[in-house]
Amino acid sequence: MGVGIEVTNLNAWYGSNHTLQDINLHIPANHATALIGPSGCGKSTFVRCLNRMHETNPIARVTGQVKVGDMDIYEDAKPVEIRRRIGMVFQRPNPFPTMSIYDNVASGLKLNGYSNKRVLDEIVEKSLRNSALWDEVKDDLKKKSGASLSGGQQQRLCIARALAVDPEVLLMDEPASALDPVSTSKIEDLIFELKSQYTIVIVTHNMQQAARVAEKTGFFLNGRMVEFDSTHKIFTNPSDKRTEDYITGRFG
Amino acid sequence: MPLSGNPIRSKIRAVTDNTVTGLAVLATVLVIAPLVAIFVYLIYKGAASLNLDFFTKIPKPVGEVGGGMANAIVGSAVLLALASLIGIPIGIGGGIYLAEFGRGTKLANAIRFTADVLNGVPSIVMGVAAYALIVSTHISLIPFTGHFSAFAGGVALGIMMIPTVCRTTEEMLLMVPHAVREAALGLGVPNWRSVLAITLRTASPGVITGCMLAFARVAGETAPLIFTALGNSFWSVDLNRPIAALPLQIYVYALSPYDDWHRLAWAGALVLIVLIVAAVSLVRYVTSRGVLKGAS
Amino acid sequence: MSEIRALQPQIPPSQPNASSAASGPASPPQPHPAGPEIRKFLRERGNSAAADRSFQILMVLCALSIFGIVALIAIVLMMRSNMAWHQFGLKFFYTYDKDPVSGDALFWDPVNGHFSAVPFIYGTLVSSFLSLLLAVPLAIGVAIFLTEMCPKALRGPLAFLTELLAAIPSVIYGMWAFFILVPLLREHVNPWLVKGLGWSGLFVDDNPTGLGYVSAGVILAIMILPIISSLTREVMSAVPHSQREAVLALGATRWEMIRMGVLRNARIGIVGAVILGLGRALGETMAVAMVIGNSAEIHHNLLANGSSMASVIANEYAEASSDLHRSALTELGLALFIVTILVNALARILVWAVTRGAPAENR
Repeated sequence: MGVGIEVTNLNAWYGSNHTLQDINLHIPANHATALIGPSGCGKSTFVRCLNRMHETNPIARVTGQVKVGDMDIYEDAKPVEIRRRIGMVFQRPNPFPTMSIYDNVASGLKLNGYSNKRVLDEIVEKSLRNSALWDEVKDDLKKKSGASLSGGQQQRLCIARALAVDPEVLLMDEPASALDPVSTSKIEDLIFELKSQYTIVIVTHNMQQAARVAEKTGFFLNGRMVEFDSTHKIFTNPSDKRTEDYITGRFG
Repeated sequence: MPLSGNPIRSKIRAVTDNTVTGLAVLATVLVIAPLVAIFVYLIYKGAASLNLDFFTKIPKPVGEVGGGMANAIVGSAVLLALASLIGIPIGIGGGIYLAEFGRGTKLANAIRFTADVLNGVPSIVMGVAAYALIVSTHISLIPFTGHFSAFAGGVALGIMMIPTVCRTTEEMLLMVPHAVREAALGLGVPNWRSVLAITLRTASPGVITGCMLAFARVAGETAPLIFTALGNSFWSVDLNRPIAALPLQIYVYALSPYDDWHRLAWAGALVLIVLIVAAVSLVRYVTSRGVLKGAS
Repeated sequence: MSEIRALQPQIPPSQPNASSAASGPASPPQPHPAGPEIRKFLRERGNSAAADRSFQILMVLCALSIFGIVALIAIVLMMRSNMAWHQFGLKFFYTYDKDPVSGDALFWDPVNGHFSAVPFIYGTLVSSFLSLLLAVPLAIGVAIFLTEMCPKALRGPLAFLTELLAAIPSVIYGMWAFFILVPLLREHVNPWLVKGLGWSGLFVDDNPTGLGYVSAGVILAIMILPIISSLTREVMSAVPHSQREAVLALGATRWEMIRMGVLRNARIGIVGAVILGLGRALGETMAVAMVIGNSAEIHHNLLANGSSMASVIANEYAEASSDLHRSALTELGLALFIVTILVNALARILVWAVTRGAPAENR
């Protein structure tokens, strides 16, 4: 089961660049929330603040509060602990090249010290099934390396890897932008199915994608969140003119 | 090639161009020639003396014919094992620091620079330092000190490996794509585990290659061993006593007045060069054929 | 508003794509098998701050060992050469004792306690200078050939061969030089040197062995060639193609393009490469020890036997006859240490200044 995310007065900097300004929103549990906006608007930075990846850059800075469930992720816990509860899928698939498919999926658990083989086998299978990859790789789990799969398969492998640790939230930073249309639609189906189990936040350039998979959508522009509402409303009757301009393609 | 202007000047320019090309080719030939000459001669002189005895027997006393360099080969193996035990872990650790923790810092730049400079220090100086530190100082708490020993030789060689391994490890780790590290970070893997189990593992073909390069380099070193390991005419693998080493034995035999020992020296030189060429070729194969799976 | 509706992307309320329904998960996703157990396990792992800290400290220590090594060598060499330093001071490096009766120079007489670095500095400098004289033109020629003229197919194998030259151990070079090169020079080259250049006083035919400064210079040249050549290649490759193209566009021949477009830009780095080669030549021990003749004297005759700092240490250290003898040798080692560090540092700075930021294109 997923949890909701409460963001209060979030500000983020890259060096002197004020990338995010006063973001306030509530991401509902067990829903998919899409974040849209033109390039450089800060949506990727926002998502990386949710699992404290933003601060891994030495010139990055964050202020504000992010509560995941009842945990304040900046006050109550260390980054490593957060990231075990909030998973991330990146824009370009990044399976571990020296590991087999099995080891890739199990890596989040094995590298944190979990070694019960029987349970691991189950988890790997279930995660691969949940990311619609099981049928394609079930015979080569330990023989093929993660890097030998196609782009779309690699991304589903990364999703399986993220799911294997049973996160409460799944962050996806433009997960299909580097993939072909067939893989993209497979991943969209996945998200649609998975959101009943997890809270999903998906950053996307593709408005149709947002419309297809997400219940709520947030529109970012120049580091501010302009509008955050149900997807239907955003795309049929946006309150802010800037939102309207963006979705009708006047810019971005 | 059409050259504009004065026809005589053009002719001179064209002739100069061709002359230079010829000189460059000549230079290349002159450089490759000694290499070929050395190999040919080594094979010619050394192959005849390479027999089973060479690899299994120790040298005979002066005047007697026959014997081999088995003890020197084993001795070199012992020294190189000790050197690797010292040089490889510390070198890899240094490389990990430079690539993963200190990237871009002034300290890392200073260390990198110092490592490169240290690589240029003559190996004889390393030998003198090792002699002063270990052979001529008897430190009661530390074993193996106070006399010539394989330990002293191994330490001298090991210290020589550190800068090389450190730099090549750093270079290989820097080639691991950031995306791989991010994936590990995103999973909440602790940093130490991520660096070792993922980043280092991804770079491991290259890192191993770097270790092999350092290994091949110290395998042929003689100067640091002359007054540390000293050499030994008998079987010995004792770290606490002088030990034979292949390059050292070659040196001593080559300069001796005995033809038989010269024969053995040539054979030893052939064995040494074959091993080193094999190592260097393997390194070339690994790095140029893209067997570095991780850096994709 | 109708305008918007017309322009909006076609969106059914959130629904999966009909076309790929078959390839989605066969059933609604399973809840995580080990569910709460996994979450609990991961939650209890803690943040491993202590392990991360210790790991980082360990890695820093390994890196700092490089500084430690340099410091250790310097300290121990200084300590052990103290005796000679105390006795001779700086004069060790530029004067020598003379026999009170005959006036002959007493450079290095361990039995009677006369020690001077002069003949060894002389031998080191002479042999290194000779080696540079031979190696630099050849190395630059090879570098030019490999980077600018060589057909692509040959480039890899030839570069590999020059790398192999660098991998050959010094003792093997020395052996080959002693048994093959020296007789060759003695029979075929030295007589010509004496005939043609004897007027300079630098080549006198009084050394039947064929060993000496010239032989040492030749084998050193072969040994430092690969370093100078590969670094020159790296520096030349770092010159951007735009520079070459600009010169070619003016109608230059290939040599002119190389000279003006590449060498001119790379010259600082090439100087650095040469200095690096010098650094290697200064410290080269085994090959020099085997062919320089090992006589602790100064000779104008380049065909005479001599000695270098490194070679005398190699020859005499193990059986030094007194503490002062050993201390004097250690002082030679210290001088060698300092000089090679300075030379190498200078060379690295020069090369770094040229290649900084520019990756080597062809290696």
